[in-house]
Amino acid sequence: MNWEVVIGLEVHLQLATESKIFSGAATRFGAEPNTQACAVDLAMPGMLPVLNEQAVRYAVMFGLGIGAEIGLRSVFDRKNYFYPDLPKGYQISQFQEPIVGRGHFDIQLEDGSVRRIGITRAHLEEDAGKSLHEDFHNQTGIDLNRAGTPLLEIVSEPDLRSAEEAVAYLKTLHSLVTSLGISDGNMAEGSMRCDINLSLRPAGSEALGTRAEIKNVNSFRFVEKAIHHEIERQADILEAGGQVVQETRLYDAERDETRSMRSKEVANDYRYFPEPDLLPVVIEQSWVDSIRASLPELPAAKRERFIADYGLSAYDASVLAAERPLADFYEAVVKDCGDAKIAANWVQVELLGQLNRSDLALSQSPVDAQALAALLQRILDGSISGKIGKQVFEAMWAGEGDADSIIEARGLRQVSDSGALEAMVSEVIRANPEQVAQYLAADENRRKKLSGFFVGQIMKLSKGQANPQMVNDLLNQQLANAGGHGNT
Amino acid sequence: MVVNRMTVHRDDIEKLAELARLRIAPEAVAEVTDRIATILGLVDQLQSVDTGAVEPMANPLDAVQRLRSDAVTEENRREAFQAIAPAVENGLYLVPKVID
Repeated sequence: MNWEVVIGLEVHLQLATESKIFSGAATRFGAEPNTQACAVDLAMPGMLPVLNEQAVRYAVMFGLGIGAEIGLRSVFDRKNYFYPDLPKGYQISQFQEPIVGRGHFDIQLEDGSVRRIGITRAHLEEDAGKSLHEDFHNQTGIDLNRAGTPLLEIVSEPDLRSAEEAVAYLKTLHSLVTSLGISDGNMAEGSMRCDINLSLRPAGSEALGTRAEIKNVNSFRFVEKAIHHEIERQADILEAGGQVVQETRLYDAERDETRSMRSKEVANDYRYFPEPDLLPVVIEQSWVDSIRASLPELPAAKRERFIADYGLSAYDASVLAAERPLADFYEAVVKDCGDAKIAANWVQVELLGQLNRSDLALSQSPVDAQALAALLQRILDGSISGKIGKQVFEAMWAGEGDADSIIEARGLRQVSDSGALEAMVSEVIRANPEQVAQYLAADENRRKKLSGFFVGQIMKLSKGQANPQMVNDLLNQQLANAGGHGNT
Repeated sequence: MVVNRMTVHRDDIEKLAELARLRIAPEAVAEVTDRIATILGLVDQLQSVDTGAVEPMANPLDAVQRLRSDAVTEENRREAFQAIAPAVENGLYLVPKVID
């Protein structure tokens, strides 16, 4: 049977506020357990929540970023369930009247095609604490530092059709929220957690199949693997004539499988009701307008600008515009070296390659934008070739200094002295009479290929420092002369 | 006033009790079921009123939520909080083992 995959994602995005959504405790990651959990977070009797303005602003920014209706009036509700990392016995969330309504954004797939994905809603809520199940003599340890951290839960329409689309959606969302500056997007620290709703239906069918929900998948790679696994599991059940059970499953990255969380089934009745400790949140249209006016350039607009202003390909533009730090870095290199294309090439291939190999973030790069631009200037003005440039870049990466001092210290300046180059070209031609004869006997097309051999030899002789353009010219000249002599 | 009695089953009450972590003695379940049925009957009666034109009330106070600025105002008072906790270790609150 040919199955169509239907996926909707719920992303819990941690907002980058200093303090919690309903209390003045800090939200910093990695603090000693329970040192950032105040009386409100601990649900001490008599404590009352007070809403953090910045969390509301960030939610509005997100709504504006996806072209959504902003709820000028929104209401908080209690979502009731018992778990020790939720001291109140309920989570304050938004149910009936969320702050962000229907919106959408576009995702780009590997083949370049673009799909518009609907966002059903996004609402504000508080995070729970953390349970540690190991090492406490058969008891569970509770750290409430995370309790009360502001989350924006972003719910997509069931518009996604494959693991690839789901990952593209998450990457685009990540790029959007980090560009807006409303979240650090650090997936390893849980700033972006994903629940996957997945069902299968016979290709061509309109009715949705029964879905399973996979909870708390925390990296792009695991989302992809969890989806592949779940598609296979459901297809096996359906093809054997069975029925998928609507349930919550947990992805186990170590075993690469999903398994049922049976204990949650009975708890799936959250008995929502309006939070009596919070009044309805009413925001002014003028405030929303002022937030709209101060939004930074979003990745989609940046990508278009990179294509129009810098002449980049759609692919290069989407890589460079996706994350603000990289986009800023790239634009700083362009500004200093004056050539958008060489900058695009070097930032993507050399810089990102080195960062990747060294497992460093852009902010930790030992070569900053100005230093890279200074190196590119030496390539552009012909002082060194691109190939030598890579050597210089590696030396810069290793901390040996700036481009100019490395070029000087290692004597890498390109040989553009025509006399010296001419001598090298002659030497190579003399040393390879057989290849010269082959070249002279060959047709135009084959000559191009054969001349590569000579260029290679000359570059080798010059230790890579010969100016390639001049070598080509001199070589063509001398080979033409050799041919001339041969004919007489 | 005549109050209709909603149909509530023993199972509903047992499930609600579990969700709310309330222990109801088996011999008391029948009585609780009966009393809740009466309450729900009253709710049912209220629901017969046409409220189509009425905006749902989220709070009885005619006021809107004040927002606070995003500043850290709470200091670490872990020691004081943990002094009244039944069990702590390495800064963590200890509770009976829970695993999904």
